Order: sequence, then structure tokens, then C-alpha cells
Amino acid sequence: MTTPTSGTGLVPTIYEQVLSRGVSRRDFLKFCTWMGAYLGLEHGAAAQIQRALESKRRIPVVWLHFQECTCCSESFLRSSHPIVADILLDRVSLDYTETLQAAAGHQAEEILRDTITKHRGEYLMLVEGSVPLAADGCYCVVGGRSALDTVKEVAAGAKAIIAWGNCACSGCVQAANPNPTRATPINAIIKDRPIVNVQGCPPIAEVMAGVLVHLLTFDRLPQLDALGRPKAFYARRVHDTCVRRANYDAGLFVETFDDENARKGYCLYKVGCRGPSTYNSCASMRWNNGTSFPIQSGHPCIGCSEANFWDNGPFYQRLPNFPGFGIESTADRIGLAVGAATVGGALAHAVLTNVRKRGEIGPHPGEDAEKAEAADQGGAS
Amino acid sequence: MNKSPSPEYQRVYVWEQPVRWFHWINAAAIVVLGVTGWLIAHPPAFLSGEEAAHGYWFGAVRFTHFVTAYVFTANLAFRLYWSVAGNKFANWRNFLPLTSAQFRQVWAVLKVDILQSSNKPVHTLGHNAVAYFTYAGTGVLSLFQIASGFALYAPTSASGFPQLFAWMTPLFGSEQNLRLFHYAVTWAFAIFTVIHVYLVFYHDYVEGHGVLSSMIGGWKFMEKHHAQAEQASGLSTLVTRPPPPPPPAGLAHDPPARR
Repeated sequence: MTTPTSGTGLVPTIYEQVLSRGVSRRDFLKFCTWMGAYLGLEHGAAAQIQRALESKRRIPVVWLHFQECTCCSESFLRSSHPIVADILLDRVSLDYTETLQAAAGHQAEEILRDTITKHRGEYLMLVEGSVPLAADGCYCVVGGRSALDTVKEVAAGAKAIIAWGNCACSGCVQAANPNPTRATPINAIIKDRPIVNVQGCPPIAEVMAGVLVHLLTFDRLPQLDALGRPKAFYARRVHDTCVRRANYDAGLFVETFDDENARKGYCLYKVGCRGPSTYNSCASMRWNNGTSFPIQSGHPCIGCSEANFWDNGPFYQRLPNFPGFGIESTADRIGLAVGAATVGGALAHAVLTNVRKRGEIGPHPGEDAEKAEAADQGGAS
Repeated sequence: MNKSPSPEYQRVYVWEQPVRWFHWINAAAIVVLGVTGWLIAHPPAFLSGEEAAHGYWFGAVRFTHFVTAYVFTANLAFRLYWSVAGNKFANWRNFLPLTSAQFRQVWAVLKVDILQSSNKPVHTLGHNAVAYFTYAGTGVLSLFQIASGFALYAPTSASGFPQLFAWMTPLFGSEQNLRLFHYAVTWAFAIFTVIHVYLVFYHDYVEGHGVLSSMIGGWKFMEKHHAQAEQASGLSTLVTRPPPPPPPAGLAHDPPARR
């Protein structure tokens, strides 16, 4: 896990590392093509990726872990392609990562300090987890330093930051109301560095690999959406490529999880599916080597690549509860109550009007239909 | 209450044709948007053995919602233009709290019509100040529905117009949250409709100025002296530009009853 610097001071390229790990050139080329396809690049771009991985020195990478569950790392390690986990992450690129490094204690912290001083302005900072700001950050301390200190120091010299997962992008479950530790996403702390938000709880392994390969190949950030997520993977809603979409348009919905409609594989919209408001590649790339994804397996999407998905209402309810009115107060309950009060008020008002405004209602003094008619005819003749 | 033994009524052209068209298109659009919106939020359970490929009713409901949204938007845009181009009753100044007279009228209207603690009616040819402000409020809600609706629609649309509102989503944190507010405001429209329709019936019934039919034909009928007093001091005279030349006699004013 030490920096694989050769005697001449030259860092080996990724291709060199891959070959030394016993991967054939054929497999290496397959990997490049595969990544190009995932990134949504044109056919020729595979060669560009290949050249980049062959010629470019590997970028030093620091992978920090804060308030998180390591599911992002776990997801990455389960990538269907060996080059992703084994080479790109585990053996080659990582200079420092709390979870996987062999070094411990002062030795590990030494490596971190080494990397960020020697490679200042060159290294990639990958962050998994949110940063607690409450109580001077005492809720997350690594090596005697608060997460906030570490993030600020490492970010200052980073070429770019990749925020892995919902924790680092928007705080995930620990930032859910009432957020006792004031868990804060990276983009709310670091403002002067380019940040890529790779959303999801966890993100799909191939998405994580794709973002890394993009950075290595093109040496610049991928195109990002308004929330800082790479458009190649987060431009479409899960809903748009969902296998159950036809049922949605046809109005065929699962009413309860044990009904006939669920057995038939109808749309999960009415049991709370967040697919229509969730931007991710689950429905097209799927998980675990393209095996399946939640909706395909019969569970509604919970929207884990969206900010505050824990607070967006019960997972199995279509619309969230209305904020500020306590639990169980949906917009419909409030609307019905106010609507009933309005109708009641109008009825009471109508009765009151007939009592209080008796004098005004009906013909006024001097308004006699027969007289008016007579006057009209008299005038006409 | 009119104490004069023989009131003479004046016919006043209040709501021009564009205003009436706006009103009814708006009303129809709100009904369609409300019903389709409700169906989108709470699709009924149709148990059918049909293949999904053979049905599209939910898609059709959503399509109707989106098309009507464009109609609703264009209609409101036209009404905003007409608040500059139209007559004084339609003018934008009435909708904004600009003078203390408007606030005095708000209080008077509340006393007469809502609390019914006063029996001194407020005679206005256009709306009264409470109504104008309420419509300004529904206008703001309409703009919110347009902005939030198109923001929710933008990600699945290739056209440029919805993208103009894409900034709404980050403002509300998530689409799910924005959708909740978009949905909740529908309730505000439903409740507004109840009050609005009730009060039109109320005014027509109590005052007999033809409020209900004025949105069809454009004419209101008011006791001459009230109409003149209103023209002199009422709120629809907020417009500073000179009044348009009087329409040909016999159209705007009925000849006084001869006897």
C-alpha cells in the first residue's frame, strides 16, 4: 500500500501495473472498451482510454473514510470486472485508505502526510462519509484529528475531489432529521475545489469505476448535472429505463405487496416507488454484474441517489408527509380538513346572510315589476 | 341598501371579452389540471388482465396534464399582458396594495360581507379590494404551480421552455419535496374555488348587481348614484391615464327610464 515509486522517481503507468498483475493485453483492451461504453462515449473513445491508461502515470489517490458504513467501498470491490477492484483500487492507486491499507497508526498517518505534501496539487481525494460539525467534530476523529480538519487539509492540495455515496454528497442517514451530529456533505464544506458527487447508497460499482477512468483518461471532470453528479450516469431517471415502465403508462399498479398485481410485476408507483424522481443508472446498468436492481426484484426504489431521501417521507408512501404538521399529516388530510371547514364556513355564512341582510335581499322599496313594465310601455308608446 | 324610492340602474361594461375568455379558459384549465393531477397522485386501481402494451390511460392522463399546463401558462401570460392593455377594471394596479384607500376598503368589505357587523355595502364596479388581492394571491400560486410543474417536467422534456424552471428543484432540495408542494397547492386552488363560487352567488343574491352574469356578458348593473360615486372615488380609478372615450350612447348606458 506504499507509493509504488520506482528508483528513477517514475511512477508506473496503470497499464504497466495491470500487466505486472498478470492481466492479458486482450483483457486490458476489453476493459477500455467496456469503460468507454459505460461512460457513453463514442466508439473511438475506447482507444483514447487505452492510450491514457498506457501512457499516463497513475494519479496518487487518497481515500478518506468518515461517517459512513463502507458500503461504497464494498460496492466498488464487487465490481464485475477484476481490473476495477483489484488493480484500479486495491493494488495500484490507493496511497491511503483507512479501510484497506496494511499500515496502521503513525505509519498510516505518515503516508497520508507524505502523499499530500509530495504530490500537492496532483492527487485525487476520494471521500466516503459525511463530516460532523457539531461539538467541534468530536463525533468522527481519526488519528486524533477531527474529520473536518482532515478534509480541509487534504482538500487544499487535491486536484479534484470525488464524493462517494450519499453520505459525502448529501449526508445520508446521519444527516436525516434531526441530524444530531450535524453531519455535513463535502460540497458544503469545500467550495474551492472541483467536486464530483457520485451519488447512491452505495453508488453502482461500474459508475464509480467509470468516474475514475474518466478522470484518468481525460484529465478533467466529467460533465456534471446541477447537483454535481456525472451526467453520464445520473442524467436519466430510474423510471425512464425501468423494466416496469410500460405498466406505469398503462396505469397498471401494485396496490399491496401481496396482491395479484405484484405477482404480475406491475408498476410499484403506488407503493412508494421513488423511480420517477430518482436519477441513477440502476435500471440500465443494474447491480451485481447486471443481475438485477430493486424494482426488478419487486421492491420500490427508495431514491438513495437523491439528497435527503430519508426525510422524503415513508418509503412505501407515494407522497411525503407534510412538514411541520407532525407524523401522519399528509397534504390530503390537511386539505380535506381545511376544505371541510371552508364548506362549513360558507354554509354558516349563507345562513347568517339570510338573517342579517334580510332588508337587502329581494325587491327593494320602489322596485315593482308591474310598475316598471307599465312605465316602460308608457315610455315606448 | 338603497333607500331611494325609484332606483335608476346604470349598465356598465366591466369585463371586456379578453378578460372573460381568460376567466373561463383559466377555470377549465384549473379543473382539468386538478382532476388529472389528482389522478396522477392517486391513480385508481383498475384490475385488468390486459397486457401493459395495450393500455396507455395513465400516460394519456399525464399527457393531458402537461398540455393543459401549457394552456394555463399561455392564458396567464395573456392576462398579465391584459393587465396593462385592458380597461381600468383589469389593470394591474388594482391587484397590488398601492394606496391606503385599498386597505380601508379591505376592512370595510370584511365588516360588511364576512363579519356582517355593518350593513353599509361597499359598491365597486370591478372587484372589491379583498377580491383583487385574493386574485393576486391566486396569481402568485399559479406562477408557483407553473414554475414547480415545469421544473418537475423539465428532466423528461427535450424542449427549452420547461428548462427555464429547472432551478426550482435545487431550491426545494429534491424533486420529491417540490412535488409535495406542487401537490399541496392544488388544495389551495380547490379551497379557493369553493370560496370563490360561494361569494359570487352571495354577491349576486344580496346585491343584485349581476355579478354572476357579468363574467359571461361583461355587464354589471348598478344604481346610478352608486356607480357615479364609485367612478369618482372607487379603486378601479387607480389608473392615472385618461379614461377611454365613452362608448356610443345606448351601449354603455341605457337611456334613463322615461315616465
